Amino acid sequence: MATPTWNNPVIKWVDDRLPIFTFVQHSAIDYPTPKNLNYWWNFGSLAGVILVIMIATGIFLSFNYTAHVDMAFDSVERIMRDVNYGWMFRYIHMNGGTMFFLIIYIHIFRGMYYGSYKAPRELLWIIGVFIFLAMMATAFVGYVLPWGQMSFWGATVITNLFSVIPFVGNDIVTWLWGGFSVDNPTLNRFFSLHYLLPFIIFALVFLHLWALHTHKSNNPLGIEVKGDQDELPFHPYYTIKDLYGLGVFMIFFMGVTFFAPNFFGEPENYLPANPMVTPAAIVPEWYFLPYYAILRATPDNFVDAWGILPVIIDAKTSGVILMFASILLLCLLPWLDRSKVRSATFRPIYKQLYWIFLADCLVLGWIGANPPEGMMLLIGRIATFWYFFHLLILLPLVPYWEKTKELPESISAAVTANGEGSKETSS
Amino acid sequence: MADSAVTSEDGQDGEETRRDFLLISTVSVGAVGAALAAWPFIDLMNPSKDVLALASTELDLSGIEVGQAITAIWRGKPIFIRRRTASEVDAAKNVKLAELKDPQSDADRVQKPEWLVLIGICTHLGCIPVGNKSGQTKGEFGGWFCPCHGSHYDTSGRIRKGPAPRNFEIPPYKFLSDTTLFIG
Repeated sequence: MATPTWNNPVIKWVDDRLPIFTFVQHSAIDYPTPKNLNYWWNFGSLAGVILVIMIATGIFLSFNYTAHVDMAFDSVERIMRDVNYGWMFRYIHMNGGTMFFLIIYIHIFRGMYYGSYKAPRELLWIIGVFIFLAMMATAFVGYVLPWGQMSFWGATVITNLFSVIPFVGNDIVTWLWGGFSVDNPTLNRFFSLHYLLPFIIFALVFLHLWALHTHKSNNPLGIEVKGDQDELPFHPYYTIKDLYGLGVFMIFFMGVTFFAPNFFGEPENYLPANPMVTPAAIVPEWYFLPYYAILRATPDNFVDAWGILPVIIDAKTSGVILMFASILLLCLLPWLDRSKVRSATFRPIYKQLYWIFLADCLVLGWIGANPPEGMMLLIGRIATFWYFFHLLILLPLVPYWEKTKELPESISAAVTANGEGSKETSS
Repeated sequence: MADSAVTSEDGQDGEETRRDFLLISTVSVGAVGAALAAWPFIDLMNPSKDVLALASTELDLSGIEVGQAITAIWRGKPIFIRRRTASEVDAAKNVKLAELKDPQSDADRVQKPEWLVLIGICTHLGCIPVGNKSGQTKGEFGGWFCPCHGSHYDTSGRIRKGPAPRNFEIPPYKFLSDTTLFIG
């Protein structure tokens, strides 16, 4: 990749001192990209766009928001009724959270299908998991800010998760609250954190992109780029593809924002927070439902049903451990999956397991939306078991008996050569 | 497709034109979209409806004696309302416009000669002058005096001496009755 020469004297002067134009040229214009990327590769740039939308609308919402228990709810209602375009900013920000998670889940499952987390992109994947965690934290503290009933009780329930930490659990919860219940100090710090965390996400996104640009994008075939014939410059080929996807996505996003803005929301949150009355059912936003199902799946003492261990792990503790483990385990995915073949296209068994795992996550989401009783509880336990069985047992063992399909010679060979019928080879 | 038929053989130029057209139209649509999207961001920072709803003030003037003044609040600013004595009105009327830094006749600054209504902010750098309460100095011209940088205003609220460039501003107002003043 040749260093570009600049004709404009101002650009040349700046670039000599700070090669920012060369950097952009290399990483956004000439940037070599596998030429076979499909539309599932749009979701990274979409996530970047929605992050910017969230930060922009969030900053403008904060101009009119008051982080005080007596005024927060009313200040949000004032944004809805009196502030110019306030309703629009709030609905964009509210549904933007939903869109962000939708995009990120698709982005994660794309990575799982095509094995994007495998060497040499393990760190890229792990940074992604941390972005996901930071997003969850941001969404959680942000949901508390309108100070409705779900805000208050969601904050109470989730902060209470930390009480399972041995010995100091209750002290940690008090420390998180800055008091003896969720109250004004909690709301103040949550507002501060909700403003801070997106910028941490932004910084993590830069690391994510840095790691991405070091080994470049994976692709639907999951094979290495062999040379120039396998690549296209990012601009105009992928800028236009990303823009097209952005257009389609915006139709959906704006459609929801303008025509069904409360579709994903919880009506209960339009009641002001009342520390004396808990709502009949506390349900998180849809994007937390699978984890909520895992949290409530375990019975008392399920690790040690025979009473051998000296400690008793109650349902609360094991639920919290499993919930955090379900996310943190994703960091180990590059090592849990022992197959050298990346793309599920060439892994007949993994491909089926992938779809079962995806369905399992959807089932967990459905269970999370329902009270944990009867069949719901049983199904929730089976789905929770499968989640961990897939990650911890199936992924490491399947490669030992899976016969993978023959990989194409190269990305261009896959479309130019006449298929001779793929030969089966053992991994 | 018709275009590509024309430019099919060595149509490098034709191809460029098509691409230029796409580029220019994409950028144009994007620029229009960005401009339209910018407006809500700008307008959000304008005064909201509840702020605008409090943008006018109604005052009862019945308790103010001749020679007295009150300070009211309108849009967060002090409003000086002085019920002028006959001699103060005469003093204001008899000044030659040529002597004034910001020439304006007293008749242009009041609706009823007895009532002087002003925005009580010094036109120099925004301090609130003294002279509205009894006992405060009224400056060399019997009106107001700004202690920040020494501007003197007369009984029509006009700048007479000191660094301020302009007379006190007059807020929009009307008398709803003889004793009710509506500002805004």
